Amino acid sequence: MAAWHRLKAESDRDLIMAQDEPTALERFIRGILPENPVYRQLLGMCPTLAVTNGMQPAMTMACATAFVLICANIMISLIRGLLKPHLRILVFTLTIATFVTIADKFLAASMYDMSKQLGPYVPLIIVNCLIISRCEICASKQGLGTAAADGIGMSLGFALALASIATVREILGSGTWFGLHVMPGSWPAWGIMVLPPGAFLTLGLLLGAAEWVAQKRAERAKEGK
Amino acid sequence: MGQESKRQGYIRQAWLVILLAVLYGGGLAGVQRALSDKIAENKRNETYHVIPALVRGADAASTVELTVTGKDGREARVYQIMDAAGGHVGWVLPAGGQGFADRIELLIGLDAGLSTITGLYVLEQKETPGLGDYITGESFRSRFQGKPTDTPLVVVQSDPTAENEVRALTGATISSTSVSGIVNAAVANLKEPIQRQAASGGGLASPEGGE
Repeated sequence: MAAWHRLKAESDRDLIMAQDEPTALERFIRGILPENPVYRQLLGMCPTLAVTNGMQPAMTMACATAFVLICANIMISLIRGLLKPHLRILVFTLTIATFVTIADKFLAASMYDMSKQLGPYVPLIIVNCLIISRCEICASKQGLGTAAADGIGMSLGFALALASIATVREILGSGTWFGLHVMPGSWPAWGIMVLPPGAFLTLGLLLGAAEWVAQKRAERAKEGK
Repeated sequence: MGQESKRQGYIRQAWLVILLAVLYGGGLAGVQRALSDKIAENKRNETYHVIPALVRGADAASTVELTVTGKDGREARVYQIMDAAGGHVGWVLPAGGQGFADRIELLIGLDAGLSTITGLYVLEQKETPGLGDYITGESFRSRFQGKPTDTPLVVVQSDPTAENEVRALTGATISSTSVSGIVNAAVANLKEPIQRQAASGGGLASPEGGE
């Protein structure tokens, strides 16, 4: 019975792999724009909304998430042959939580003020669906190189998305970018942009813009044919 | 299926989870060992930074660190706060306990006689963003200022009527109660031992402070 289950699981896996097995380069490129975690997949919304009131917290979050995502992808890819289908989510969560704890401790030791500013959002990376979805979709099915490329691509896509939102919010809300003054002294900082409503407004407008561009491109591609 | 083979079945299913848990646990212990001193030092630096806000007239550089054995039998670090002229103006007690989400660590500022709270600072918390994390705000922390330590603080939902009442944060009663609970526990645990040590004289000025 157990042998039959194993055979079935293996044949299912082979089937999925045969249907869709993007190369490392494809995985890398897809993560940045075509399958951007925030703008195309709407994953990781909690940090996207919560820590984008300035570039510094947003980029710290992007780096922490990148570390966790890449390490988890590599680890899961290495042990993918040993995963039992019904225990895989447990293994993913265990792996992700470990790397998040390392990132959290590292921030508390080396970037104490930023660690305090980000507060609970660093431990909350554990529940960022972006990471567990990459473990499930890519790392548990593909080889080390592809999983690493996927992690790097998705991390870049996530960082790009956070940077775009944080740029709009910090410049309009505080008149600064990375803490440096970029707006004229007379700029009346729009306080609402650094507050939660500013996060929703900015994300909504940028999401709309991204969708509009995607549609235009799709139309053009159709006309081209 | 016999008991033995059932157990073997579990092991066969879960050996990877068990192995990974042990490996990850070991790894995290190593990380904790490597970084804990640095994190503790960061917290200590922050403590010295906020001492002037916790005790009026404090000169952070003249602070004396003491080790006091609390009523619970454990050793605790306390800060004896001096003013620039060398006069004793108060105490800062680090204290911690469970909050709504995770551990909350506080610094409690007290006057020299340990009878009144002079300030409160949240060193670490991971409470719910937008609700419980308002415990770090000045408007909440200032509710503890001037409260007496002879009776335990009580959290109330309306404006305080008695001296030992503190108004809760709206929507964050558990976080508010946790903070007042940590303050009460720390005062109950350390007030008398510190007073005893102070009365016995010698301990006060020496950093070791043992009795």
